[in-house]
Amino acid sequence: MQIESPNILLIVVAAVVMVLYVFTNSAVLVWVERKVSAHIQRRPGPFEVGPFGLLQTAIDGLKLMAKQLIIPGKADKRLFMLAPVLSFVPPIAALLTVPFGKVVQVQNLDIGILFILSLAALNVLAILIAGWASANKYSLFGAVRSVAQNIAYEIPLLLSLLTAVLWMGTLNLGELVDAQGGFWFVFTPFGFVAFLIYFVTGMAETNRAPFDLPEAESELTAGFHTEYSGMGFGLFFLGEYTNMILVSAIATSLFLGGYNLPFVTLNGEGVLWELIRVLIFLAKAYFLIFVMIWMRWTFPRVRFDQLLNLCWKVLIPFSLVNLAAAAIWIKAVGG
Amino acid sequence: MVENFVPVLILFLLAAAFGLGTVAISSLLGPKRPTKVKQETYECGMVVDPPAYRPFHVKYYLIAMAFVVFDVEVVFLYPWAVKFKQLGLFGLVEMLVFIFILLVGYAYIWKKGVLEWE
Repeated sequence: MQIESPNILLIVVAAVVMVLYVFTNSAVLVWVERKVSAHIQRRPGPFEVGPFGLLQTAIDGLKLMAKQLIIPGKADKRLFMLAPVLSFVPPIAALLTVPFGKVVQVQNLDIGILFILSLAALNVLAILIAGWASANKYSLFGAVRSVAQNIAYEIPLLLSLLTAVLWMGTLNLGELVDAQGGFWFVFTPFGFVAFLIYFVTGMAETNRAPFDLPEAESELTAGFHTEYSGMGFGLFFLGEYTNMILVSAIATSLFLGGYNLPFVTLNGEGVLWELIRVLIFLAKAYFLIFVMIWMRWTFPRVRFDQLLNLCWKVLIPFSLVNLAAAAIWIKAVGG
Repeated sequence: MVENFVPVLILFLLAAAFGLGTVAISSLLGPKRPTKVKQETYECGMVVDPPAYRPFHVKYYLIAMAFVVFDVEVVFLYPWAVKFKQLGLFGLVEMLVFIFILLVGYAYIWKKGVLEWE
């Protein structure tokens, strides 16, 4: 295997930028979430630290770092420390193949979407390890619920993304965006249904309200991260917000035409055009995140049986039928 | 093809380094005063009873079994979807039969009450 050194350097720089982006993204999103939730509930939200409370998250991060790392005496120490790292690393690595622009992409992989999904699936493992290693019944029940929820919602998630893969005939994220051009997949009836299913399951996969059963603070204290303090908790938090951007980025690339405007394909060369494309991509992704935050603070939490029934009895049959209908349509009309 | 995955490795290592780094900084900055009470399992200050490790509902096991069946099915569908347009009518019919067989099993577990929670 021969690799030229400038190439490696470029990749390392891109990777550093990606990690820094993830940290900044989480910090900003926490602030956005607190501000949005505050205004939904007619409160001002954070405003003391910095202009509009913008530095609040930075201060909170510092505070988390200066806290004592408490490992419960009964916990399995190695697994207990492994879990937060395992929940934080895979979503960052998955962002690697997301096409923010035509060029702004760390590495275009032919198995793109499959690669992302395989990494996203590791989140369940992190939660299970955290819940098991804590040796606390709240943690364990939170983890068990979370696994039941995440594996159930993974099926409609995979099936809805599969509809997009079937329509465009590739797993490569860059090609998926190009195949849509200006005519976004969401404009087709199959794409629309698949997008709705994907968005609901995406929210469930990131364990956010109204699907935040694993954390359900009114019954399980804090669910799987009850025993975590300091940066152990901080890494779970970073992981959750990274997962949010990942879910939105996949939705943007597969359903919302990536960096293209509706009915307009942006093929211009040069830095300025690339910047415009990246901004369009980020605007779409962050709009989806805003919708996720909006829903979290507007809807009450669902009950556990409702949660699983919604998935097994509604989403799975609908996504299967949608997939079969799309397949028949492609054969009958020619896609 | 393998060199396409070098960035994956680099990003993995870097992200892990950042993650462990923050924990390391945290363990440097933070106080270290473990006490017996502080390290007890969290239970709102009460005596922990019953302990964490005990049996949970068998329903979860059934759900996991059903998940494995569906997940394997989806894994089969992915390569099919990529090559679907080249496969012709045979590919479509074959996969509809495959999905139909799966749906029979799905109807069975629904009828048997695996999806019911009380």
